[in-house]
Amino acid sequence: MADGVSVLGGVSVGGAVALRDLGLTGMVTVRGNLAGGALQAVCAGLAGVGFPGAGMATGTAAQGIAWMSPDEVMVFVAHDAAGAAVAQIDAALAGVHHLAVDVSDARALIGLSGAGARDVLAKLTPADMHPDAFRPGMFRRTRLGQVAAGIWALEDGSFAVMCFRSVADHVFATLAQSVKDGAVGHFKG
Amino acid sequence: MLTLTCPYCGVAADETELAAGGEAHLKRFGPGSTDAEFDTYMFARENPKGVHFERWRHAYGCGKWFLAARDTNTLEVFGTYPAQSSAPPQHIRDAITAKRPGWTWRDFA
Repeated sequence: MADGVSVLGGVSVGGAVALRDLGLTGMVTVRGNLAGGALQAVCAGLAGVGFPGAGMATGTAAQGIAWMSPDEVMVFVAHDAAGAAVAQIDAALAGVHHLAVDVSDARALIGLSGAGARDVLAKLTPADMHPDAFRPGMFRRTRLGQVAAGIWALEDGSFAVMCFRSVADHVFATLAQSVKDGAVGHFKG
Repeated sequence: MLTLTCPYCGVAADETELAAGGEAHLKRFGPGSTDAEFDTYMFARENPKGVHFERWRHAYGCGKWFLAARDTNTLEVFGTYPAQSSAPPQHIRDAITAKRPGWTWRDFA
């Protein structure tokens, strides 16, 4: 079997804000009644974190759960564990109306870290990136430039951006340009 | 710039994150209806300067449809509510009445 590579091929750029491809990550989209105990339990068990509330995400982009919509979460696991995760969810939710699909190869994940990361994102998205509004642990689906993206404020103060594989190069280049242009200094403190 | 709060996500979404879906609370007249009913359903739309009800979709977010009450003249938003509503809920009507006493829109007031 061929070795998998992520769409961005491990690219990274340094600077005031460091950007890097977060690499191959297992991503399983789960749709169903999010209030269901079995759904919450199996997702939390797979990622080893608590189940997030609306607009939130738990864990990290390597092992975590992000709330996508009132009936959808994204479960992040190891890349080679995604297939087994789908099977485990299907088994746990047998007879319950749900959908679990391995979408690992349809998404790209980009990490942003550094003091100006909020500025880099705020230049590209209409979502409020103010530290008081977008706090660690929150996850927001929005757009970056012209394309859809999900922004995750991680507990360690860094950010993860999830976008579709087909626009990953574009998103990375757009973020890199935003880094290069420097901080606006809008978010003080 | 129009900012609407998605009633499902609770996030304040910018107009550019949303897809406009035209007028809200239309009653469909399909097969079996009279020509006059179908004509009205298909083509007759409100075009108020003031209180208006619209459908929007949180396209760059959760993807859900919702309804919004706003003023087309001032762009003031009175509130948003789930698409599974055949009429504006009372708290939306109250919010409009507080700002625009005596408002009417189609059969609603």
